[in-house]
Amino acid sequence: MSASLTPPSGDELPTPVVQNRRWIPRLVWVVPIAAAVIGISLLIKNWENAGPRITISFLSGEGVQVGKTLVKYRDVTVGRVSAVGLSADHQTVLVSADLSKDAASLLKADTQFWIVRPRIGVGSVSGLSTLLSGVYIGLKTGTATLSESHFMGLENPPALSHGPHGRELQLHAARAGSLAIGAPVYFRQFQVGRVIDENLLPDGSTRVSVFVEAPYDGFLKPETRFWNASGIDVRLGADGLNVQTESLAAVLAGGLAFDDGPTEAVSAAANMPGEEFTLYKNEAEAMAPPDGDPRYIRMRFAQALRGLDVGAPIEFVGVNIGSVVAMDLGYERQDKTFPVIVTAKVYPHRMGQAYSVLAAQGHTESEETLAAFVGTLVSRGLRAQPRSASLLTGKLYIALDFLPASPRAAFDASIRPLELPTVNGTFQQLEAGVGRLVKKINDLPLEQIAADLHTDLNDLHETLSELHAHVLPNAVDTLSALHRTLDSADRTLDVESPLQRGLAETLSESRSTLQAVREFADYLDRHPDALLRGRRPEKMPQRPAAALSTEAKP
Amino acid sequence: MTVLRQSLELGLTLCRTCGLAVSRASLESDGRCPRCQSRIEHRTPFSTEMTLAWLIAGIVLYIPANLLPVMHTSGLLGEADSTILGGIFEFWRSGDWDIALLIFIASVAVPFTKFIAIGLLLVTVRNKSRWQQHQRTALYRIVEFIGYWSMLDVIVVALTSALMQFQVLGTAEPRAGIAFFCGVVVVTMLSALSFDPRLIWDQRV
Repeated sequence: MSASLTPPSGDELPTPVVQNRRWIPRLVWVVPIAAAVIGISLLIKNWENAGPRITISFLSGEGVQVGKTLVKYRDVTVGRVSAVGLSADHQTVLVSADLSKDAASLLKADTQFWIVRPRIGVGSVSGLSTLLSGVYIGLKTGTATLSESHFMGLENPPALSHGPHGRELQLHAARAGSLAIGAPVYFRQFQVGRVIDENLLPDGSTRVSVFVEAPYDGFLKPETRFWNASGIDVRLGADGLNVQTESLAAVLAGGLAFDDGPTEAVSAAANMPGEEFTLYKNEAEAMAPPDGDPRYIRMRFAQALRGLDVGAPIEFVGVNIGSVVAMDLGYERQDKTFPVIVTAKVYPHRMGQAYSVLAAQGHTESEETLAAFVGTLVSRGLRAQPRSASLLTGKLYIALDFLPASPRAAFDASIRPLELPTVNGTFQQLEAGVGRLVKKINDLPLEQIAADLHTDLNDLHETLSELHAHVLPNAVDTLSALHRTLDSADRTLDVESPLQRGLAETLSESRSTLQAVREFADYLDRHPDALLRGRRPEKMPQRPAAALSTEAKP
Repeated sequence: MTVLRQSLELGLTLCRTCGLAVSRASLESDGRCPRCQSRIEHRTPFSTEMTLAWLIAGIVLYIPANLLPVMHTSGLLGEADSTILGGIFEFWRSGDWDIALLIFIASVAVPFTKFIAIGLLLVTVRNKSRWQQHQRTALYRIVEFIGYWSMLDVIVVALTSALMQFQVLGTAEPRAGIAFFCGVVVVTMLSALSFDPRLIWDQRV
């Protein structure tokens, strides 16, 4: 329909059908209202979910990134680092983190935070996932009732981050050995816990905190003994080579072991307050009955003691009762000698039953009574003697033994520490014997013997050349002559030789001659008269009978 | 200058479907074309009101769209929630300024342009202003045209989420923010559609 210049009147045009529906477009306002409601509800939810903001101070913020580094509790994200800054004195790094609302209850005054980084130890590998994902902040909730929003971060993760049930113990030792945090704790080769802390106390000793996990803490008793199970215990005993170790990890990373100690130890261990134990150097030491207080003795040896070390055992009648603690060189003014002064620590308790008997007799009441008792032992021949512990190593130990044959020795019971008389070691006597033997060998006239032997040999040589020059050619001639003789003899004796044949003939001749002679003799025997009358003819057929009859009637 | 007369002055209204010119018997009321039964409106009814409503909805939605993370990525290198602005900064810092610029235009510049442009149109129409009518009409066309380009962000997130599913190595998941952003785009497009450009030319009498 084209528009004309003159507008048509309203009557000519059709009128639209009127409909009244003006409320529908107004529904569009639902949209912005709904959007606003959703937005506001989100804001409220966010605000409600917003947990506390905490600040943790670390010495180093290595690897911590704003907005990326997470705070995790039991490997579950509970927060995120929102800011990293320096403290006012630039000494620490302040890490601010927004925690989720449900994590607020984890924040106690003693909650611990630490940065989890990959750690590779012999005993364990941890935090390996942080190699790729970056570090995160670990959290270990505390037990305090107060809550806090500012925390001091730990530089090293606590050994137990998720607080399993169990018992924490303190072990005291002179030295911790090669223990690392996280080193295993064994009970009969079974890992039951871990070392969680090591401290050097102001007095120089070490305190090792260990944690024994829940079902196994029941094995802890007052008499329990702990010892350092690091390394390999190789023992060559009468029953052969014995290698003992708790585990390969303990060999490398160190470890502790515990077991029930001897029951007599209860009284000694019971005075340890609470959860504190002594850490022994090794199992043998831990299991030994308590040593009691050491007593010191001193010995002067008039001989060199090469091979005697500090720590060398002191044996009393074959029982190890102590060790050498110091060696010194003295000087005797009178005879201008340098004796070796050995100080040793002995534990009288190690004498066991003997000690109890002695104690019952009152010999151990005081230093004086003990010294007096030692004096009587010395008068009975108690002497200290260095002895060779092993011929291979040349190591020495000191034996306290009764040597009644030894010369008398003075004993001053008032000197402290007690000074025991000494005798020289058996190895020196052995040495002297060997020396004498060597001297004897030295004294032999070896050169003379050698010279004599030389002339004798020369003589022999001459004799032999003589033999060679003169005797041997003659002998050869003789032998060839003999050979010829034997040849001719051989020919002569041959069966076909004329001599042999003639001999055979002669023999047969002589055999027949002898037969004739025998017949003649027989005849003569029967007819002795024939010698006079000559031979008579015989009746040939009955000759034997006739002969008989003639014999019967002589 | 020739005076161009409007149908209003002539008492006429065109059916937009079949082109039937009907008399403007009732100017404010709606009606149906007697020939084709299509709706006949002299001006889109409640155009400014609806445009304003959609615009407000868009602005409201734009706030959570920017505050909430649009995507959550997790992989070997950790996991992260990224917002639109955070992603732009990330790209800018890592040197991909072109991508940063693209995302900035698509997800910040375009929505803001739309908010301002539609707002301007609404204000001028309400005042029946005669100021820059041609330019304002052009502006309206531009707003209509650029509307869907904002969907670029939504498509990026959708594609990334669909493609990046390598379990341990890395996964990307959409987060609530992108839904809000999608809402912003849709609502502003509806706002632009609700606007009747003929209003620009309705001058004060």
